[in-house]
Amino acid sequence: MPPPAPQPNVRVVTLTIDGKDFSARADETVIELCRENKIPIPSLCYMDGLSIWGACRLCLVEVVGQGRLVAACSTRVAEGMNILTNTERLQRYRRTIVELLFAERNHVCSVCVSNGHCELQWLAQKCGVDHVRVPYRQVRNEVDSSHEMFRLDHNRCILCTRCVRVCDEIEGAHTWDVMGRGSDCRVITDLARPWGESETCTGCGKCVQVCPTGALVKQGTSAGEMVKDQHFLPILARRRHAQ
Amino acid sequence: MTTPATPRITVATAWLDGCSGCHMSFLDMDERLVDLAQKIDIVYSPLVDAKELPEQVDVGILEGSISSESDLHHAKEFRKHCKLLISLGDCAVNGNVPAMRNPFKLADVMDRAYRENVDLQPQLPTVGVPVLFQQVRPIHGCVKVDVFVPGCPPHADAIFYVLNELIEGRTPDPSRVTRFGA
Repeated sequence: MPPPAPQPNVRVVTLTIDGKDFSARADETVIELCRENKIPIPSLCYMDGLSIWGACRLCLVEVVGQGRLVAACSTRVAEGMNILTNTERLQRYRRTIVELLFAERNHVCSVCVSNGHCELQWLAQKCGVDHVRVPYRQVRNEVDSSHEMFRLDHNRCILCTRCVRVCDEIEGAHTWDVMGRGSDCRVITDLARPWGESETCTGCGKCVQVCPTGALVKQGTSAGEMVKDQHFLPILARRRHAQ
Repeated sequence: MTTPATPRITVATAWLDGCSGCHMSFLDMDERLVDLAQKIDIVYSPLVDAKELPEQVDVGILEGSISSESDLHHAKEFRKHCKLLISLGDCAVNGNVPAMRNPFKLADVMDRAYRENVDLQPQLPTVGVPVLFQQVRPIHGCVKVDVFVPGCPPHADAIFYVLNELIEGRTPDPSRVTRFGA
């Protein structure tokens, strides 16, 4: 099925990104335009096919003439915008964000089933994070292995909520949710019941595939074996949209 | 053999709370070690016989995290005597596997290792072993580190790249060649 036909009455705007001129549909976001034009913008919570969350702050960009940084995923393009995507200030902030993610929970890449296939690990390398400057929190987080096919390891969760959104928006089950605030924040299944006892989970595994790290994985995988396949998402999302 | 025109760079290495894998990866540089040996002198290391760290060393390389009094002592000695200090491998850089005990009480970890899972004469070792810290820290949690080379272990190519950049007088960018868990 083809993607939804563009609205005929949507305006086209022109703007500048990193000194180059671009034109875009006025209903596009900055990150969509950048992805179309192969301009690298790091992101973790943003995912093509899911609703916008704007939580990870990795896709922050500078808009010239505006003191505040904006998230490229939740900012629409506008006529005459002058955007910078890779300034020293942005590099510094992105690096710090990645370091804080590593410090918050226990991401031990060497013994992770997603080692080598992890978006957080890859971003750390891209952002030049070769060590973490803040002390690690060193808090023990639970692992839920109650589901017969999948496993949830809170130690490796970055709270991007891709699982929550894919389960609600694409699968339509809404098994996942978010509970607690600040450092107590957790993704939960049903009303914080063990995943294996969930009455709403269909066992489709979409949450596992979209999870950027080793937080949601298939049972039975060992270090480096968990390779994720996210091809289904844009296809299903477009079909949903077309209905 | 000809005498090199410039004095060789002196290198010291030590292995703290790690598995020796990073030193093995160092040896995996294979025939490149022959070229390196023309440019560097390893003056102190588990790989050589020297028993004492010289007063002044150009480059210090530490594998492993800081888990005990002995590790901390070594790290401080390296910082004091080495002009440039490298954290080699994930244990040194971020605590890695040794630091996985941090969320647990040390007494519980010791019990698990030396009593619960032991069939014959369960007991805590006390002779000839250093006192463990409650918390395992990466090297830069205790002393200042100049270059970080993550990886478990860092690939021999990554170690060679870093050493070669330093020998050539450039500042290496290890993220180009290695990452956490590599």
